[in-house]
Amino acid sequence: MIQTVKKGSKSSPTGGKKWLGILNPWLWIAPAVLCIVVFLFYPMLNTIWLSFFSNDSSRFVGLTNYAYIFTNGGMLEVLRNNLLWLVLATILTVFLGLVVAVLADRVRIESIIKAMIFVPMAISFVGASVIWRFVYDYKTSDRGQIGLLNGIMTLFHLQPQAWLIDPRFNNIALIIVYVWMWTGFCMVILSAALKGIPTELIEAAKMDGANDISIFFRITVPMISPTIAVVTTTMIINILKIFDVIYVMTGGDYQTNVVAVEYYQQLFNFNNFGIGSALATLLLLTILPIMYINIRQIRAQEVQR
Amino acid sequence: MSTIDPKPSSIAATKTARPSREVVQVKERSSTVRSGILRGLSNSTVTIITILIGLLWSVPTFGLFISSLRPASLIQSSGWWTAFTPPWQFTIDNYQQVIQAQGLGQAFLNSLIIAIPGTLLPTLVAAFAAYAFAWMKFPGRDWLFFGIVALLIIPIQITLAPVLSIFTTIGITGSYLAVWLAHTAYGLPFAIYLLRNFFGSLPSDLFESAHIDGASHSRFFFNIVLPLSVPSLASLFIFQFMWVWNDLLVSLIFLGGSPQRAPLTLTIANLVNSFGSNYEVLTSAAFISMVLPLVIFFSLQRYFVRGILAGSVKG
Repeated sequence: MIQTVKKGSKSSPTGGKKWLGILNPWLWIAPAVLCIVVFLFYPMLNTIWLSFFSNDSSRFVGLTNYAYIFTNGGMLEVLRNNLLWLVLATILTVFLGLVVAVLADRVRIESIIKAMIFVPMAISFVGASVIWRFVYDYKTSDRGQIGLLNGIMTLFHLQPQAWLIDPRFNNIALIIVYVWMWTGFCMVILSAALKGIPTELIEAAKMDGANDISIFFRITVPMISPTIAVVTTTMIINILKIFDVIYVMTGGDYQTNVVAVEYYQQLFNFNNFGIGSALATLLLLTILPIMYINIRQIRAQEVQR
Repeated sequence: MSTIDPKPSSIAATKTARPSREVVQVKERSSTVRSGILRGLSNSTVTIITILIGLLWSVPTFGLFISSLRPASLIQSSGWWTAFTPPWQFTIDNYQQVIQAQGLGQAFLNSLIIAIPGTLLPTLVAAFAAYAFAWMKFPGRDWLFFGIVALLIIPIQITLAPVLSIFTTIGITGSYLAVWLAHTAYGLPFAIYLLRNFFGSLPSDLFESAHIDGASHSRFFFNIVLPLSVPSLASLFIFQFMWVWNDLLVSLIFLGGSPQRAPLTLTIANLVNSFGSNYEVLTSAAFISMVLPLVIFFSLQRYFVRGILAGSVKG
């Protein structure tokens, strides 16, 4: 492992130098630690603290804010939407990422295909929301459609739909935008893991007469399952905090609101510090188990190093 | 016994593996003709499927690009796909209009003013800390490092209101300084984690020989560690730059009240809300905001991917 220096063992070990030796590492990490404590750690504790107080932070109310979140109809809808996001968006990004990685692995134009899928990662959510307006745009059926999806609907003589307003479709429509952006991320990581599978293994299975589907499920997936787990947890963390797509595309209206957007509105539109803080604390609580898994995994890597 | 055991067996495995590959290839060649579908997907089918997926993924962006080149009246009356049938009407008016009239030029400049220090600052601060975590020994080093890694995934939302009140107390809300500090703090856990791993993987012989030569930590850091870590610093730099450039939430909260300092994302988000259907401004503005990230992405893709692979626990 890492060798450490015995500071001052060569240069004359006077008292002052020795002090500097002890202080030295702390000087190196001081700016970072200061920043993190002031802007991350203290605010986190402060928010948890405020979640037990009334909306103007003047009196202690215990768990009232949490009780409100779990009983109020609008809030429950927000939680339900977040759950829908968590399940659908995670499964879709990881699954599609895996499928594209596996398919692209077999073609000569692999790098071009992967770049095409990966490009949306470089685009901001704001940019993406403008892009997708031209897919989801809705005009009443007597006017020309400028949204691609309704253009296709019209082509097949189907009724154009208000994809972003109709509660039957809008959450799915928003999730698709997110999937479009993040599939490339999953694909890149999973693709790197695929390259690590020994080709002998696949070929031996082919010799035994296994078809592509069973090779995929019996060999590929089990071999890269640790990576799939890492990608999945990363996506869960990202999706729990989902904000931009919804904020820009629907503003949380038409029953599409999620926790992070609701939190923003409670805090900055209504000045409800109690409920806002409780929402943020709930997000943190959901993430805690994943934080624990992450640290254990990193610890394990440290031991191997 | 058990220590010697794996070796011969692995040799045996490679020995048998080599001829088996040829056998498989011969076998496959004869079988694809007869039962290509039964055996799974043939290579040309896979190629076609992947091309279709790639095109499907590119259509939305392509649609915006075409729209941004069409006259304002047409954008709102007909689909962008009709632009491919005569009469062809393309124009760059939208771009000229948006740069001059909507203050997008200033917003582009603001984005740069925010993103460059917002990237350099955390990279520098993180490099110092990561070096100490990797190469110095001090009490509490490990738990401090794990504490920082744990903060990697906290939702930044939880910090926004208290940080805003800190900024208001010291009177920097709505200034660039507030956004720089916020981006530095939010970027640090990931940056420290990434750089600590890179620095830690440098061979320890380097360090020992530098120490024997009497080099101090700062000389070792600046003369040896930093030059050797340029690729990792590059991937971190790109990552952080993209993140800051594309960020909406941080600027919304800390710059929301001062539109003259708003970056592109915030300006465009406001355009979306206020203009609603003023598509000719939106299309060109959105495309302008994508230009720099796309250029960086295509020219430095290698480093970007490397950063993703090294830090895939980022939250």
